[in-house]
Amino acid sequence: MPVNIRIPTPLRKLTHDEEVVETSAENIGQAIADLETRYPGIQERLLDESGEVRRFVNVYVNEEDIRFLDNKDTAIKDGDEVSIIPAIAGG
Amino acid sequence: MVEQQGYMKALCCRECGEEYPLEARHVCELCFGPLEVVYDYEAAKSKMTRQTIEQRPQSMWRYAELLPVAGEPTVGREVGFTPLIKADRLAKRLGIRELWIKNDAVNYPTLSFKDRVVSVALSRARELGYEVVACASTGNLANSVAANAASAGLTAFVFIPNDLEKGKVVNSLIYDANVIGIKGHYDEVNRLCAEIAGKHDWAFVNVNMRPYYAEGSKTQGFEIMEQLGWKIPRHTVVPMASGSLLTKIHKSYQEAVKVGLVDEAEYSVHGAQATGCSPISQAFKEGQDFFKPVKPDTIAKSLAIGTPADGFYALKVFKETGAASDDVTDEEIREGIKLLAETEGIFAETAGGVTVGVAKKLIASGAIPADDSAVLCITGNGLKTLDAVENHAGSTREIAPSLREFESLLDSDKELAAATQ
Repeated sequence: MPVNIRIPTPLRKLTHDEEVVETSAENIGQAIADLETRYPGIQERLLDESGEVRRFVNVYVNEEDIRFLDNKDTAIKDGDEVSIIPAIAGG
Repeated sequence: MVEQQGYMKALCCRECGEEYPLEARHVCELCFGPLEVVYDYEAAKSKMTRQTIEQRPQSMWRYAELLPVAGEPTVGREVGFTPLIKADRLAKRLGIRELWIKNDAVNYPTLSFKDRVVSVALSRARELGYEVVACASTGNLANSVAANAASAGLTAFVFIPNDLEKGKVVNSLIYDANVIGIKGHYDEVNRLCAEIAGKHDWAFVNVNMRPYYAEGSKTQGFEIMEQLGWKIPRHTVVPMASGSLLTKIHKSYQEAVKVGLVDEAEYSVHGAQATGCSPISQAFKEGQDFFKPVKPDTIAKSLAIGTPADGFYALKVFKETGAASDDVTDEEIREGIKLLAETEGIFAETAGGVTVGVAKKLIASGAIPADDSAVLCITGNGLKTLDAVENHAGSTREIAPSLREFESLLDSDKELAAATQ
């Protein structure tokens, strides 16, 4: 069972309208690199010039914000759910 | 080129400037930055004079040219124009020359500032053809979406953390809205709503409708300026959850200058948080330009957002306006609620206690000089958060319906007073 990544609306043009894509990467940084090979252009939407996750992007592994885990080094394993969510919402 | 609608020109990314049509979307596809409504300020300026505004009905819609609705508002036409109170007794207690309270605890219809943002969001949602409206809420927003949707005949889904104050839960249920309690804190509710909004084509007021919704908060600032006799207050203290209200009050001051309603002036917009959920004020105190997310733990549940969407922009406002930010403990929040009630007769919810408590600290520290003037933004009503203060407000003293018993009660009070002198 691979890892499912849920793609937010603003990125679905790049994933040809796929809402969920799979990866076999072992951490978040690798998962983003993996997405880039299949959906060119997606990495620069998610990462800033220094290679960090953009300040207006939140990434969750099984509902937990990766900033409470190990950021881009957060490990993922088979069956995990990753969500990429625009930070600008709520309040 | 995006087609102009009313005074709205387009949605525009605050970060990279990319333009988008005026539809239900909130995030830039290129950089994930927030989208904001751009107005035709020249056209607005020609219609918005002090005289024309003063002749309009006393509601937030008297500033309609700078609100993101293309036609006439259809939801919440009576919202706003809440009292601005000169708070002399509280001023004395806080040690400041002049103090004003903007009292949205009596906003119509659901007793919080959220009616401002919701009337804009739902009016705009109708223009865009939506029949289902929804929100992620810490309580007040849920109340307002539920009530305003009911009066407009819209279907509402409101999502709240499952541990909210009873008053806020009942206040949503009564309007027959779909109230969904999420087993988690607000940030989890918010994440879930972002995902639901990606699946269901509903008008989520603070997700895909957020660029419109958030603009409603400006009316609190417009009203403050008009009620002060068309001037920008030197200091404003605003409670912060996402930080949106604070950034929009700042924006209202800038826009009022732009359209010629007030003269340019020096001003500071200060931010108030609860210590148990203070990512923005912590970042300010550490001199950071971005916050670290936190897990909230505070009685100020309406402010319990650990990942504040506008935290970054709130920090910018402090820098730009020479303002400060601070936070107060649960105990100080209760003291703030009681102080406001005892001095001004206003019963605010926990966020009000935060605002009063932080104002006290900022005045004491000199961030707000004692010889200056300040406005405190009170955003919600204490009757909704009775749980937070019910064991701290004292208790009734019971006697038989007997004059003798009452006289002896007064006598014992006198003896007590004499003994403690």
